[in-house]
Amino acid sequence: MKNVFDIIDHTADVGITAYGEDIKQLFCNAALALFSLITDVQNIRGKIQHRVEINSESRDNLLVEWLNELIYLFDAEHLLFNHFEIESLDNNQLKATCYGEKFDPARHRIKTGVKAATYYMLEVARDCKGYRAQVIFDI
Amino acid sequence: MAGWQGQLIKIDDYRWQIPQNYKSGMRVPGLIYASEEMLVSMREEQALEQVANVAFLPGIVKFSLAMPDIHWGYGFPIGGVAAMDIENGVISPGGVGYDINCGVRLLRTNLRENEIRPKISQLISELYSNVPSGVGSEGKIKTNQKELKNIMTEGARWAVKQGLGLEEDLEVTEEGGCVKGADPEKISDRAIKRGMPQAGTLGSGNHFLEIQVVKEIFDLRAAKAMGIDEIGQVLVLIHTGSRGFGHQVCTDHLRVMEEAVSRYGIKLPDRQLACAPIQSKEGKDYLAAMACAANYAWANRQCIAHWVRETFSKAFSKSPGELGIRQIYDVAHNIAKIEEHTVDGRKIKVCVHRKGATRAFPPGHKDIPQRYKEIGQPVLIPGDMGRCSFIAVGTQKAMEETFGSTCHGAGRVLSRGAARRSIKGRDVMQELQNKGITVKTGDISSLAEEASQSYKDVTEVVDVVHQAGISQKVAMAVPIGVIKG
Repeated sequence: MKNVFDIIDHTADVGITAYGEDIKQLFCNAALALFSLITDVQNIRGKIQHRVEINSESRDNLLVEWLNELIYLFDAEHLLFNHFEIESLDNNQLKATCYGEKFDPARHRIKTGVKAATYYMLEVARDCKGYRAQVIFDI
Repeated sequence: MAGWQGQLIKIDDYRWQIPQNYKSGMRVPGLIYASEEMLVSMREEQALEQVANVAFLPGIVKFSLAMPDIHWGYGFPIGGVAAMDIENGVISPGGVGYDINCGVRLLRTNLRENEIRPKISQLISELYSNVPSGVGSEGKIKTNQKELKNIMTEGARWAVKQGLGLEEDLEVTEEGGCVKGADPEKISDRAIKRGMPQAGTLGSGNHFLEIQVVKEIFDLRAAKAMGIDEIGQVLVLIHTGSRGFGHQVCTDHLRVMEEAVSRYGIKLPDRQLACAPIQSKEGKDYLAAMACAANYAWANRQCIAHWVRETFSKAFSKSPGELGIRQIYDVAHNIAKIEEHTVDGRKIKVCVHRKGATRAFPPGHKDIPQRYKEIGQPVLIPGDMGRCSFIAVGTQKAMEETFGSTCHGAGRVLSRGAARRSIKGRDVMQELQNKGITVKTGDISSLAEEASQSYKDVTEVVDVVHQAGISQKVAMAVPIGVIKG
């Protein structure tokens, strides 16, 4: 099976390439890639669910803002997620439920602090195999 | 990604120009401070392309500048300086970065290496428990929204008022530890929520707290003015910024600017350069919010410096005064400032973006403290934790050429991923111990990312800015104890 995401090296920072058969799966996999930078995602238990709604002016910006929302939820509320269900997604709005749990220092190792998702080299593309997105994070 | 193939014109051994016609849309040429050897590694990545991209920004004056520690960032290169005319220029949050007012603060002591060596493990452990660090670390300071607003408007002074530091610390902090124009109304609830628990924390990544020993003094007079008297003297260096608060301010305002760019008819080669006219609502709002985050960072370093004093005092059973723990200086190296500069014989006001660059004002400048009027503003240039750090001073040449700016550190050469794959955290720990450096970290595997091999040699970087005359070396110090967040 094809990877759901890859990590891209960048001198100062780190990036991801996420894949998806459709746009919803693409956004879910990008979110999973983000949390895999932060921690070992298999150690996150699905104890809580959190609703997220984002509005933006374009689909590309929506991806950056979706990831920045998740970064905020970890940094401010210490929430870790490893499963995402997107109910609706168009060019201007995303509605999703994220599943995970509160950060527990006894069970979760934090690998990297992620400051933000950037617009640098941002790309959302579609080819015959499906969707692909590239995002660079500031870490 | 392929290396950078663009044209560089040699000006002299330390200056290289990217001609304005390299790319259609550049408003000024690029000017890079580097040795010929350094250019080889610079060409391996896209930092020089980013120098050319910054030259597209409306209102940019003279040059898009790059310091020798330049490396590939997002939008702006890290190690970049760009000054925009405040009448017709833009401000770009990406030209400051997410960690607004990331910076360094240096303290001097009366202690000598032989007095501290026997206690170094104990001291590092105590500092580690007294200064909160790590990803998402939360502070000992309990702030509410009202207090956080005071931090935003008062900066380091807020901490001094709480009894965390001395009035004289403020005199030797860039901008007195409080940049004007901060408006908490321009701060989102999210930034407040990220900022409240993180005040007074070191954080993670490349942030650190180091106990150092002076190894070399190049300029006795300047060193003396800073209270650096002899080789073997103990110093303490603190490197941190505005934590999640600053990151959120940048994220919020980049989003606004990203949408504003097309409205103002600005054409950019990279979306991360999103900007707005300095005189626009978006531009003014960002400057007011950035000031809040810059002040938060100064308060943050002020608190940490106080806990360093407290910890030393306890370990040596002497007061900080008896130990001679005084602040040498505190510099911001991710910030935008409205400053007056002379361009083509004319005094103009510009907004100087320093992203991974340090202000380096010359002797006699009105904005530097009285005690440094004769020597110039102290410039603090940390290297990686296995090598050394430098103390320098600003020069008139920097005023003439770089809007009073110089380098800020070593500059990465290895990505964090490549560092983790090729270097093991445990080996780094062992190597540092062999060199007589005690290290404490919350996450040993992350040490690899910050290993010496991941960085340029700061000595080469500082040699370039010294030879080019945009700052002058004063002293060099090596670490003996390190706390990595």
